[in-house]
Amino acid sequence: MDSVAAEQGRSLKDHMDDLAFYIFAAISVASAFGVVVSQNIVRTALFLLGTLGGVAGLYFLLDANLIAVIQLIVYAGGTLILIVFGIMLTSKSPWAEFKPPKSQIVLAAFVGLLMFIGITSLTLSGEVNWAARATKTPLATSPKVAEAGEALLTTYLVPFEVDLTAIGAAYLAKTEK
Amino acid sequence: MLAVGLSHYLVLSALLFSLGVVCMATKRNAIGILIGVELVLNSANVNLIAFSKFQTGLVDGQVFAVFVILLAAAEAALAIAIFMNFYNNLQTVDVDRGDVLRG
Amino acid sequence: MASITLPWVQRDTEKLSNYREKAIRLLAFIALAHIPIILGAWFLLDPLSTKPADLQDSKVLLVPPLCLGSIGGMLLFAGAAFAIYAYELIGRVLSAPWVAFIIFIGAIFGIVIGVWLHAEILMTVQRDWMPAKETSVIPFVGIEYDHTVQSIYQNNLEGKSVDFPLIGAISIDTPILAYLMFPLQFPLVRDLVAVGGIIGFISLIPGFGIWWERKVAGRIQSRMGPMRAGGWHGWAQSAADGIKLAFKEDYVPPGGDGVLFRLAPYITFIPPICAFIALPFATAWVFRDLDVALIFILAMLGIEVMGVILAGWASNNKWSVYGAMREACQMVSYEIPMGMALLIPVMTAGSLSLTGIAEAQSGGFWTWFVFVNPWCFLAFFLYYVASLASCKRAPFDLPESESELVAGFLTEYSGFRWSMFFFGEYVAMYVVCGLAAILFLGGWMSPFPASSAEWFIAQANIENGMLQTLVKSLLAANPIWFILKATFLFFVQLWIRWTLPRIRIDQVLYACVQVLLPATMVVLLGNTLWILGVSENGLNLGWLIAIDGIINKILAAAGVLTLVGIVGIAAYGYRNNKKLVGWLAVDQLPGK
Repeated sequence: MDSVAAEQGRSLKDHMDDLAFYIFAAISVASAFGVVVSQNIVRTALFLLGTLGGVAGLYFLLDANLIAVIQLIVYAGGTLILIVFGIMLTSKSPWAEFKPPKSQIVLAAFVGLLMFIGITSLTLSGEVNWAARATKTPLATSPKVAEAGEALLTTYLVPFEVDLTAIGAAYLAKTEK
Repeated sequence: MLAVGLSHYLVLSALLFSLGVVCMATKRNAIGILIGVELVLNSANVNLIAFSKFQTGLVDGQVFAVFVILLAAAEAALAIAIFMNFYNNLQTVDVDRGDVLRG
Repeated sequence: MASITLPWVQRDTEKLSNYREKAIRLLAFIALAHIPIILGAWFLLDPLSTKPADLQDSKVLLVPPLCLGSIGGMLLFAGAAFAIYAYELIGRVLSAPWVAFIIFIGAIFGIVIGVWLHAEILMTVQRDWMPAKETSVIPFVGIEYDHTVQSIYQNNLEGKSVDFPLIGAISIDTPILAYLMFPLQFPLVRDLVAVGGIIGFISLIPGFGIWWERKVAGRIQSRMGPMRAGGWHGWAQSAADGIKLAFKEDYVPPGGDGVLFRLAPYITFIPPICAFIALPFATAWVFRDLDVALIFILAMLGIEVMGVILAGWASNNKWSVYGAMREACQMVSYEIPMGMALLIPVMTAGSLSLTGIAEAQSGGFWTWFVFVNPWCFLAFFLYYVASLASCKRAPFDLPESESELVAGFLTEYSGFRWSMFFFGEYVAMYVVCGLAAILFLGGWMSPFPASSAEWFIAQANIENGMLQTLVKSLLAANPIWFILKATFLFFVQLWIRWTLPRIRIDQVLYACVQVLLPATMVVLLGNTLWILGVSENGLNLGWLIAIDGIINKILAAAGVLTLVGIVGIAAYGYRNNKKLVGWLAVDQLPGK
């Protein structure tokens, strides 16, 4: 990281943004740990809400307001409710617990740790020079909602329509018995 | 405080991704596996948005994230429908019991 | 003195009565203890010294709290001691007719005027008083700031003053003011002030709403509603309810999930409060002017469901689960027509930002979106019905329908947790009404066009600068207008609740899927085509523009007639209340 030199001349807002990043990151990672560790499926869904909220906060920090609110309204307000519905309809007792064998947990944790170390070592090693690959001009402002909406209805119109078709397919799959 | 840059977001996303994979591997409840998938999709979205902010400055990353979120919603609806059928047939959502097709 | 015979109450009334004197003595002692702090701080810090060497930025952490804060603290404790000493007198004054009501209304207006004055002074200070930037850095943290206490004070001395109405121009050349102004240059401090204001307003809503709901219910059922607590028309009923609830048993059902049971009220009550982050009260009166404010507020109202589902689930009670399931399917399905109805003003204004949408309606009441074309007119009512359902208000209050489900998801809740659900519900009601006011009824715009303020100033020959801004803000745009409109819609929600019977759950879902959803779709399509035909960039059809103008005028006239009708009927009822069928049984009340 560029060190103390970058620390000078940063406004209070930058510091608050950094603090907010750490808070939201802590919320989302802690909730994700909760999702993995929790044995009670309803609590797992609640922890997922924490992760979704934390990640939405990160989107706000990244100037992606549209994605943040879509995350909140579609994921937290729609998908998660659907999942909770699924939980309520498929578990006979509310306290259904499915304990995996210990060997499986150890193996999965090992694979997950390996994966994390692999990805982070690749991204942080300097193997990929992110700064050199950036195409962003220094003057580029953060994209606004209108730009994202315009892109959705012009450049990405076909994928957008295909995406909507997928929702239609999901609807059909649900109604067909 | 350390200035937050792209690498912070990449590490966070890697962490979420690994946790999602572990969740998918350890849960035996089918809905738990679905929740793990949602974690993985979220980590991918964090990457997309971070790259769009720090690398390109364009909206493309955000648009892809919209697609991912919409597809995740559709996928969850489909998955829940499948799990309901699974439950109707086997009276459980324990994926280890779904071995009736094994010879 | 009557002797108390209850076994669990101390019989020694002498000891009981001593508590009052002890409290008075303690409070008076604390108040007196402030005096040495004030004197010491005054001599050590010398806040009135104007010598440049004495105007230190580091003193800003000490001067306001020690010199001004301790004076305030002394007055507060002395006031508390006096209130306990003279509570009988104060109680008699408060229970006189209209006194509490006048204090309440005065407090609301006082808060609004106070915030307005604060904003006005801050603006003047930023415009005239703030000197050129001279960057200084806070040691250790490395945060830069632009104005030092000394430079603010120096600039103040150069003859610039604030032009108050009635009093005239006042030049305030005390360094204390410079110390008070200094923190306001940091956005964090301004945010904290704003959060304080918002939380104050939010906590007023349920307090007022609960009392008002009970009064409205009483009047509609030909009774008086609460009359005892506090004196005049039971104005302290909400406070009494709150105290009662706080002292109730905190019951957690043993078979349920205790952690989720305790967590659920918070998940229901925090999101509606978060909606106020993006809900503007006026153009500059918004905590964060998000460009996606509308979707953000909708998302916050949607997350509320999660808490209700968890509450039902964790209660381990079949009635709770029924209520939670009803709530979930009702909210998820009504979100769609609600969101689609909200798209129509967005489309008409061509902006997703709530401030942008409200500013598109600033040309008098006939430009409000509810009157602007027939599709928007329909969309307003569709949105209002859907918002009733999403706030689980009657006639859609199936999740807590007491005649079928005991109390729905609230069955196992008691005391403080129960009141948190209602806190969240009232705040959510205000949020949806505020949204309707902004999107369809012009938000904080007055019914007169923006140019009317300038006309009035020219006619009345107002020269005082602050009075001019006051007239402009009242005649053109003011948060008061927003609060009035939102409160009127809130009242309509109460009115509907106590007038219409509850409908069945299948009728609720039928109304959503087969009536509201197709209707909003048709309205959305119709509005799209209408705007395409009318707008200059679109087809620009002459005949459609003429029809548009005529319909706009008819709808605006209908709106005025409706309002006049409501006010007229209310006035007739108020004048002739003893002749009407089922008039209030005022004379039979004890004490009358």
